[in-house]
Amino acid sequence: MLEQILSILPQVIFDGLVLGFVYAMVALGYTMVYGVLELINFAHSEIFMIGAVVGVEVFRYLAPQVPSGFLLLLIALLLGGALAGGTAILVERFAYRPLRKRGTTNRLVPLITAIGVSFILQDLVRLIEGLWHNEFFLRMRTVEDLEGSFELFGGAIFVQTKSLILIAVSMVMLVGLTYLVNRTKLGVAIRAVAQDLSTASLMGIDPDRIISRTFLIGGSLGGVAGVLFALQYTTVNATWASCPASRPSPPPSWAGSATSPGPCWGAWCSASWKTSSAPTCPS
Amino acid sequence: MRKIGLLVAGAAALGMALGQANVIKIATQSPLSGPQAALGEQIKLGAELAVEEAKARFKALGFDLVLVPYDDQANPDVGVANANRIINDPDILGVVGHLNSGVAIPSSEVYARVNLVMVSPANTNPRVTDRKLPNVNRICGRDDVQGPVGAEYAFNNLKVKNVFVIHDKTAYGQGLAEEFKKRLEALGGKAVAFVGTEEQSNFTPIINQIRGARPVPELIYFGGIYSQIGPFVKQLRERGVKTRLMGGDGLDSSEFVRLAGKENAAGTFYTTVAGPVSAFPKAKAVAQRFKQKYGKDMEGFGIYAYDAANVILTALENAIKAAGNKKPTREQVSQEVRKVKMEGLTGTIEFDDKGDNKKAKYFVMQVAPSGNWADNKLIRVIEMAAPGAK
Amino acid sequence: MAFTLGLQRSGNTLGLIGLVGILVALTTLPRIPTWVRVLLGLAILLLSVPIAGFANTFVFELGIQIGIYAAMALGLNVVVGMAGLLDLGYAAFFAVGAYTWAIFGSEQARNFMRGHFPLPGEYMYLFMGIAVVTTALTGLLIGLPALRLRGDYLAIVTLGLGEVVRILANNLDHPINFTNGPQGITPVMRPPIDGFRSLMAHLGVRLDQTTDYQLFFYLLVLLMIGLVVLVNVNLANSRFGRAWVAIREDEVAARSMGIPLLPTKLLAFMTGAAFSGVMGVIFAAQRTFVSPESFTLLASITILAMVILGGMGSIPGAILGAAALTILNLDVLKTFSEFVRTSFPQIPSQVDPAKYERLVFGLILVLMMIFRPEGLIPERRHRSEMEEA
Repeated sequence: MLEQILSILPQVIFDGLVLGFVYAMVALGYTMVYGVLELINFAHSEIFMIGAVVGVEVFRYLAPQVPSGFLLLLIALLLGGALAGGTAILVERFAYRPLRKRGTTNRLVPLITAIGVSFILQDLVRLIEGLWHNEFFLRMRTVEDLEGSFELFGGAIFVQTKSLILIAVSMVMLVGLTYLVNRTKLGVAIRAVAQDLSTASLMGIDPDRIISRTFLIGGSLGGVAGVLFALQYTTVNATWASCPASRPSPPPSWAGSATSPGPCWGAWCSASWKTSSAPTCPS
Repeated sequence: MRKIGLLVAGAAALGMALGQANVIKIATQSPLSGPQAALGEQIKLGAELAVEEAKARFKALGFDLVLVPYDDQANPDVGVANANRIINDPDILGVVGHLNSGVAIPSSEVYARVNLVMVSPANTNPRVTDRKLPNVNRICGRDDVQGPVGAEYAFNNLKVKNVFVIHDKTAYGQGLAEEFKKRLEALGGKAVAFVGTEEQSNFTPIINQIRGARPVPELIYFGGIYSQIGPFVKQLRERGVKTRLMGGDGLDSSEFVRLAGKENAAGTFYTTVAGPVSAFPKAKAVAQRFKQKYGKDMEGFGIYAYDAANVILTALENAIKAAGNKKPTREQVSQEVRKVKMEGLTGTIEFDDKGDNKKAKYFVMQVAPSGNWADNKLIRVIEMAAPGAK
Repeated sequence: MAFTLGLQRSGNTLGLIGLVGILVALTTLPRIPTWVRVLLGLAILLLSVPIAGFANTFVFELGIQIGIYAAMALGLNVVVGMAGLLDLGYAAFFAVGAYTWAIFGSEQARNFMRGHFPLPGEYMYLFMGIAVVTTALTGLLIGLPALRLRGDYLAIVTLGLGEVVRILANNLDHPINFTNGPQGITPVMRPPIDGFRSLMAHLGVRLDQTTDYQLFFYLLVLLMIGLVVLVNVNLANSRFGRAWVAIREDEVAARSMGIPLLPTKLLAFMTGAAFSGVMGVIFAAQRTFVSPESFTLLASITILAMVILGGMGSIPGAILGAAALTILNLDVLKTFSEFVRTSFPQIPSQVDPAKYERLVFGLILVLMMIFRPEGLIPERRHRSEMEEA
């Protein structure tokens, strides 16, 4: 038994790492929103799902036209990020902002709204896909360029090209986010709003605009993660993202810095658990 | 209050549409939306075709025949709620359904309250008929035969000893996988592992487990529905695992090829209780009409639903005649169904004392490399009586 | 009254919607003497609904489901509405209650203990009591770690623990078969109702196979609702009720007034749990079937939506919310589906209105939160708080 577990351990660690990158990007979206609004944005899992669905649709319609798989993926990532980010802005504008404007102090109110938004988005996507293709399960089209694979360490680890792409894209996104939050004006503003909204607004920051931007950034991250997830695991549907197991909850101490490694570590821990728990717990 | 007023007005309008004299309705219950819609829709369309073709016959008897499709969403809660609606429509005299045994078992308890007959084209769990409800019948086979048929084919013909068994943790999938495992071990084979999973998208953990399993499995058996097995096979093959795969009738849908990809699905073995059109010479003409009407190929469950509906319709005709051209009661229809002996598309249909078809057919199939579901190779047909029948 | 009698004639569920409307009017309209309210209310519940039910037993089914959900909404109302603790895993308690009876009221218990199972149906009444204990204990177990957290974190933790209960039910079929896993438990025993039948015969009511148990469960559920409301009202006006409201309004202030936080919250949690436990037993017996799929996150959110729709903390509100959403879910959406299916067969099958209940619940939650966070029938204290904020 132990020998068996050891023999697949490297593979499990690698798969955990891959899934962990997806989780990390999603978790950062959660934490950014939590940072500025102190709200667990239940709808974020649906933003992630929208990214995945957009990815599938781009592959479905553009694969015959676009010669290169990498170009196709780039288009999918851009569109997925943009549409997911756009949805996140809309959600903030029409569901969360009215609550803020009314100045509700009850913390249950935004939380319940977030659950409601999450349900609405799930069914809206299902409705659109139902009318469009009459499909429930959306399958990512296979594109040859992205399908290669090779083995490392004498077969101990099986690596797919798309896993490497996933890691590379996520790294770029995470580094980009670090730069954005630490080195740009927008980043400073976001951190300021996260620390103290009312003081920040006294300093000439328009909190509504910054919150909206935060949703855009978090949403696009989630959307990109969704496209990569669809590419890696090939099948998505409108309700799968809401299963609590795939919902990495934000770690409590964000403390103004969006680049705290906290969410990433949390994501990797839960991802490795997910990929390893099945083989080691005989059922 | 204005909202409630609107609601009342809407409901009144809908209520008006219901309740006419001399109407006989046949209900179908199967998942029409959600993950298993592809199989459920075959059931609905198969029954619909049978009803459409019988309309003229019933008109001559003085009745309007109507099909009412219900969507049970593959969820026992919804199935039971629908069943409660069905038994309260006095015009509904028969039910064709369900797809999932987990839904059929509790729903049929509801039908039994008013003795409303249910003829199932697809429920394979033994308990569906083993409860001996007088109103529950099925024309298809049972998992306690289907599982062993698969196991015997795997052990005797494919010559595999070590099998990795997976199930989807539903009444259907787990039941089937257990029957498979039992027979395999009785024959002298070994289930290397017996794993349940509810996962829908990321099968990496199970695939790793398969790669690490010792002794190396020569076959993977998956008791589940195509919606889960499809993406599983795709990921399995992408990760370079070439082990052969076998499944049950839950895999019997062309959607399987769409989700798995043509090249990954090819060569997959499956047992089914609903044979393909090619297995039934008589079904050919019907399949053509089906294709013409609905623009879709008729698959196994479509044929069985067509037969199931015809069983009810034949019983209805007999009951109408027996009642002197009056609308029969539900009880009369239930009794007539048990007496039916007819030649359907799928062969002779007559029921034993539990409501199982006296001789049900079991098929071992292999998915064709062309990706066209109708091309799938029919490897063998086994005809068998249900276990425990008198 | 003439209006109600007229509705019975129609024999379909639309009558029931009208009745709910009248009941709501009765509780909310000012300047009606109490005795008129009580008399009219009782007449509707005990005469009008059963008469409609004999014409169409689906009315009974709806009435029972509304009753079960109303009692659960009242239970959740204690937790969310009074004490302000957002519980997203409330269906777990319902599951514990249902399984408590299902396991012993069927052959299931033979798998792990000796004795004559299934227990005879009379034991159901005893198990309603036992379920109060088991669910309150589950509430204690879940509450002890969870209630140390506040607000959002509590919501996440209860959501997780709620899933844990469902997953346990789904997986406890091996190594020892407690719950029969995904296959569910059926048939579950129902209490014998010979006495009830002869009582009804004395009253001149003729029962047949389709109506006897439906009427029995309908009356049983009504009785339970009565009890639950009584307990609820008394609790709201008791020392505990005031303590819960104090915690909801301001934890720090409540503690400085000498309210022990954890025990008080735990009590709210356990009380809420006990309500749904009792209804779980009735649910199992009425349906004769229990499976883990009835206790998903969606079920918890549905009950939450009922409480929110009616108004957090408000007792008539919770009942109204339960009635409205149950009718919507079981009747209006389904009827609409049937209508769409038969009139517009060209609409793709995935687009089935009955399947979009999440969209409806989501819209209810969001719109209520934005436009009327105090609910349709607000609790007095809650309304003033929301307006002032």
